[in-house]
Amino acid sequence: MTETNRYDAIIVGGGHNGLVNGAYLAKAGLKTLILEQRHLVGGAAITEELHPGFSFTTFSYALSLIRPEVIRELELTKYGFNPIYMPTSFSPMENGDYLLLGPDRDENIREIMRHSPRDADAMDRYEHDVGRVLQLMYPLFDRVPPNIFGKTPEDAQDVAWLLGHLGSAEPKVVHDAVRLITGSISDFLDDYFESEVLKGYLAASSTTGTKVGPMSAGSGFVSLMMAMGEHDGHLGSWSFHKGGNGGFTQVLGTAAQAFGAEIKLEAHVDHVITKDGQATGVVLQDGTEYYADIVVSALDPRQTFTKLVDQRELPGDLVEAIDRFQFNGTSAKVNFALDAAPKYPALGDRTDQYRGFVSIAPSIEYLERAYDAAKYGWYSERPYLDTCMQSFLDPDMAPPGKHVMSCFVQYAPYHLKGSDWDTERNNLGDTVQRTIEEFFPGFSDLVLHREVVTPLDIERVVGLSEGNIYAGDFLLPQMYFFRPAPEWSQYRTPIEGYYQCGSGTHPGGCVMGAPARLASQQILKDRAAKA
Amino acid sequence: MVSTTPFHPRLAELNTTQLWTHWAGYLSATQYDIAAKHEYFGVRNAVGFFDASPLYKYEITGRDAERYLGGLLARDIRTCRPGRAQYTIWCDDGGFVLEDGVVFRHSANDFLLTAAEPNLSFLQNQIGSLEVSIEDVSAAYAMLAVQGPRSRAVIAELAPEITDLGYFGHVQAKISGSEVTISRTGFTGDLGYEIRIPADDALAVLDAVMEAGKPHQMRPFGDHALNILRIEAGLPLIGVEFSSSRYAFNEHDRFTPDELGFGWLLKGIDDDTRPFAGRPAILNERATGASRWKTVGLSVDGHAFEQLFYEAGLIPPKDEPPADWETMLYDEHGERAGYATSYTYSPMLQTQVGIARVRPDLATVGTTVHVEQTVNHVYTTVPATVTRMPFFTPERKTSMS
Ligand SMILES: Cc1cc2nc3c(=O)[nH]c(=O)nc-3n(C[C@H](O)[C@H](O)[C@H](O)COP(=O)(O)OP(=O)(O)OC[C@H]3O[C@@H](n4cnc5c(N)ncnc54)[C@H](O)[C@@H]3O)c2cc1C
Repeated sequence: MTETNRYDAIIVGGGHNGLVNGAYLAKAGLKTLILEQRHLVGGAAITEELHPGFSFTTFSYALSLIRPEVIRELELTKYGFNPIYMPTSFSPMENGDYLLLGPDRDENIREIMRHSPRDADAMDRYEHDVGRVLQLMYPLFDRVPPNIFGKTPEDAQDVAWLLGHLGSAEPKVVHDAVRLITGSISDFLDDYFESEVLKGYLAASSTTGTKVGPMSAGSGFVSLMMAMGEHDGHLGSWSFHKGGNGGFTQVLGTAAQAFGAEIKLEAHVDHVITKDGQATGVVLQDGTEYYADIVVSALDPRQTFTKLVDQRELPGDLVEAIDRFQFNGTSAKVNFALDAAPKYPALGDRTDQYRGFVSIAPSIEYLERAYDAAKYGWYSERPYLDTCMQSFLDPDMAPPGKHVMSCFVQYAPYHLKGSDWDTERNNLGDTVQRTIEEFFPGFSDLVLHREVVTPLDIERVVGLSEGNIYAGDFLLPQMYFFRPAPEWSQYRTPIEGYYQCGSGTHPGGCVMGAPARLASQQILKDRAAKA
Repeated sequence: MVSTTPFHPRLAELNTTQLWTHWAGYLSATQYDIAAKHEYFGVRNAVGFFDASPLYKYEITGRDAERYLGGLLARDIRTCRPGRAQYTIWCDDGGFVLEDGVVFRHSANDFLLTAAEPNLSFLQNQIGSLEVSIEDVSAAYAMLAVQGPRSRAVIAELAPEITDLGYFGHVQAKISGSEVTISRTGFTGDLGYEIRIPADDALAVLDAVMEAGKPHQMRPFGDHALNILRIEAGLPLIGVEFSSSRYAFNEHDRFTPDELGFGWLLKGIDDDTRPFAGRPAILNERATGASRWKTVGLSVDGHAFEQLFYEAGLIPPKDEPPADWETMLYDEHGERAGYATSYTYSPMLQTQVGIARVRPDLATVGTTVHVEQTVNHVYTTVPATVTRMPFFTPERKTSMS
């Protein structure tokens, strides 16, 4: 065993969570190694120049949930952190009209009144009520979940804290929280609004990345998760990082290295080495071994528990829980290089509507019908599209006058009935392009290049099982103290020294760095206790 | 009646908010876009332009011009070669700061001084027997600031001679047939340029700049965005950080260069060949350690700030625009520590930052001070760390490519 191969901590996976975890451990003085299978760090948060001069956010495309603590504690501004505010949301409608919301409350009210005078005062009520639910949830978000099955005094304290926290809230807030968490966004929105396009816009995010429709129980919960961002001082606000989410993970990589972490690329970990129930290192596919008493998996739960280690070393209950854990990827991406900005007929030559998201979700019914296909193993004929022409925000993304357009596509279920994604890849691209064309006539003539990313591609390239963007569905039975499995939601595993810090742990997926930050606290706490 | 700058006809078309403020007697856009932050990010990520025409401008020429400025300005004008500019201050005999400005040197005997306040009679009164002439050329020129990482590309398109212009350098150039002066200066702490344009040509030059800026998504920015940018850049603003000592009613409203963080401008103060106004008093202040304050940066503990509000049952009002008032600071014993003259949410740092004056014993970087805060209509405080300024200073600000 050579000294050069020995570290205090090894992190498997250089996605954003692996980088954040590595940065925290290195900052605490641990000799830290981050191993990434690909030629670049970032995992599902990368930016690639797939067409000369055009930068594509291959997978994830916007930033919101990134915890403010991570930015501050890792001094990311010093290493190039540079968010860009997205001031607008544009929702085209099937009749050629549109809903254009922006940063000004009063202007938004006027815009909503065009669609429904009755809904004019509903938005304030809705935002206030949801804001209060978010406020109730934040303290749960930023803490290690209590182990409700634990027997130690510390566990009892954690549970008492949770009950106390929930118990101190107003009944209406708790009730709204439960209605959102367990119910459908469609029911919840019906209590406030009548405008179809407004409901479509508000419901769209409630299905992101998860195999639910807006009328399904559980969609309320996804919508809450998507609203948890406190980015840039605004609740639920989204932004675009300079250079895309890949620009952001490059900043994280620089920060991790500045704190002393070493990053090795093209280092595919085959498995974790264990000895007497204790992790002692990892072996790469090429046979290289690295040693450390702390090994952290930044991969999803299926990989963490069934690929990197031998299942026989784990309790049967845990193995079963991981087998049951739902991935069910339902999202795809289609990214375009465009010769010019598309025109929206009702707005003539205007382009100010493109400074944020353009959401093809004109009504709840449109979304629910898109979901129908997924239930039966097929992709939507008219998919929900969450798009953004990012070059309007960051001109470095495309040559002058030209644009890149990122389209997040739902639904595209990983498991297709009667075909496979290698056969359907191009058809999916055509479906998406046709849908955009429907709202933006002439769109297809602008397309210079197209990249289609199916759930299978997500799995193949990043390793996210079944292409699930969150490393495991946002369904209530796999959140909080159940993520990824009962009793194992505190970043530890049954193998001593082997930890988990990926999106499959609390609070879950998205570019937020929270799982990795909480995991690092747990790792350092355990290490201090041992010393 | 309020005046309009030579750019106004075009700016009025661009100002979709119709929000204007009055600056030095001119209409000045508060914000062109409903989100001032969008304008702010335009500068930090691409390029924005700002109408700086209301600044006062004085042409200072004559055989003794350098000697004249050497005796007036606290920063050594002799170190400013032709083709260069200097940020500078001038003081009263008591060693208190009167005002600040930027001085451009065109040749051995030809200078231009810009200032936020009118100064003609003051400047003329200092001439004495020297051979100097001073002319107010404020209205003769419009000033256009073009700021942000892409500003070089935009301006180089029109005036390639700026490509290798160093920080605080300036050149003469021709844009749309107009003789302009382009300097690598600005008030945003970013890569940026300012173009001084004969008033009659202002619109033609602006149109050319806007055309060149199109592929770079250049946008106009107003006073709100500028204020966030300049605080992040740690740049003091007269009327906010300090006011002219000439108009102070008592000692609480006049400050020395060292107290305002201008000590770095006084390089070479020990050189007896340049007796400038206020020098003996400043030397005395330094010899006796009489400075009452130090100017520092403040960076609020974001986590503590959030907790303060969450625990009070509120959502933290993080994204607040610059405060219009002074914010009081306390030490760990609750004693007065000083006050922040500027205080804002910084989108780059994602926390509140401030430009503050603190007791010298609290000025060490890393010291904790407590910032006044109102929560549920009650005064409380939130911890902040004393930091260096600027808060945000990208390499591109001063780099050559
Ligand atoms: C199409 C798509 C769109 C999305 N859009 C958004 C969005 O806009 N905003 C948002 O916040 N979130 C979005 N998400 C979710 C978000 O990107 C992910 O939840 C998050 O990036 C996951 O980060 P992670 O570090 O936990 O895991 P990953 O990013 O999956 O990182 C795991 C890393 O481990 C590496 N790896 C895998 N196996 C091995 C091995 N054996 N050895 C070594 N390395 C290995 C992988 O290459 C990868 O780099 C999106 C996701 C997808 C897929």
